Amino acid sequence: MSVTKEQVQERVVEALASFGPDADTITSSATFEELDIDSLDLVELAQIVEDEYGVVLKGEDMKELKTVGDAVELITARAA
Amino acid sequence: MGEKRRVVITGMGAVSPLGVGARPLYERWAEGIVGIENGAGWCSSFVPSEHLSVKEVRRLDRVSQLSVIAADEAIAQAGWNGEKPYDPLAIGMIMATGIGGISTVETNLNLMRDIGPNRISPLGVPMYMPNAPAASISMRHGLQGQSFGLVSACASGGQALGLAARMIQYGDADAVVAGGAEATLTDFGFACFNAMQALSKEGVSRPFDKRRDGFVMGEGAAVVVLEEYEAAKARGANIIGEVSGFGSTSDAGHLTAPDPTGRPAARAITLAMKDAGLTPEEISYVNAHGTSTELNDAAETQALKLALGEYAYKIPVSSTKSSIGHLLGAAGAVEAVATVQALNERVVPPTLGYEIPDEGLDLDYVPNVSREMTVVADGAPSAISNSFAFGGHNVSLVIKGHG
Repeated sequence: MSVTKEQVQERVVEALASFGPDADTITSSATFEELDIDSLDLVELAQIVEDEYGVVLKGEDMKELKTVGDAVELITARAA
Repeated sequence: MGEKRRVVITGMGAVSPLGVGARPLYERWAEGIVGIENGAGWCSSFVPSEHLSVKEVRRLDRVSQLSVIAADEAIAQAGWNGEKPYDPLAIGMIMATGIGGISTVETNLNLMRDIGPNRISPLGVPMYMPNAPAASISMRHGLQGQSFGLVSACASGGQALGLAARMIQYGDADAVVAGGAEATLTDFGFACFNAMQALSKEGVSRPFDKRRDGFVMGEGAAVVVLEEYEAAKARGANIIGEVSGFGSTSDAGHLTAPDPTGRPAARAITLAMKDAGLTPEEISYVNAHGTSTELNDAAETQALKLALGEYAYKIPVSSTKSSIGHLLGAAGAVEAVATVQALNERVVPPTLGYEIPDEGLDLDYVPNVSREMTVVADGAPSAISNSFAFGGHNVSLVIKGHG
């Protein structure tokens, strides 16, 4: 199964918006810090991504992620 | 030890089956309104999204949601919004709960069974841990003194206020925000308490009445702001009451049944009065634990007779639980908030549903209708507020109104 970056972007924005921030603020360049998304939120995002794309993101993967775009890139690459 | 530091109440907040706010809790109870529907005291007028952001709603179990809303009200009333009047490191926080975030436990247990252990939310533990209400309030308001969750079942709320007062008296804190919260109205919560045969089969809370057949479970929270008296006075705070006495003992007997002699509970009451420097003839009102269980109401009556002697028959005794049910770990705090208002209004709110006297339960339970409070001491009236618990924990507070 292959997914496009756009599809991943859409799903990630939807997931992050359910954690609190307004959907309009969740751009590719937005940092998790700016969005007030912390490590607990990222673990939840990882669970959603695993259910959706079968991509397993571990703690060390998540630590490197600074922006929404970083997360979308990583998930798209792993899902390919 | 020198003169004890006095501990005054400068803010109160509550979310109860009678509404959101400390005011409706007292007023509606005094008017004789029962907040129990379908066999429980639900906070049905509390809509979390009206008070909290999306992030806050999903990160707080209902027990913490109720807690932070009650705390917001108390802190606003104390005039603490904006800059704190004390060094934040000298402001403590104690939040009691009997159970904690039980609905979060249930949700995650279901996820584990349905999908697997790796689908449990990372928010599970921080939401259900029994110190979550205390942590939530400490973080929300920047309270950096000693903070913790307090667990002694149905005595927890009263114990939180008592220990908060001690922290101020000893000088460990200049102010403490303290209270209790509970949110156990889930299928699992009902099933657990039903299994003990603790709940009323009729779904009616009628403390001290011969027909009482168990308690009615309720949910809610109450929080008070306590400050050291001289400091509160110096900053021009509006002082609305005082926690003047605290006493606590344990039955060390049965896991759930109270000591039928009432002796350990009586000692808690006596200790609280001694702490306040009061004698029974100076007590204008008793806010009873009064659960509507056969055993509590009989044992509490015994305890009051032992502690108050002949005055037990002269002092009006009523139970908030007749209006809102039993809020477990929140009960002592919610009832203290109701008691302060009763004292300040000089009104004794009633024991609702009380019609048929039971043998040996022969105190003045203030049946069904509020009455004017006879202030027996000079100046401000004082009340006793009792909380007794599964596990045999006994707590009694002496609360003073304003002059």
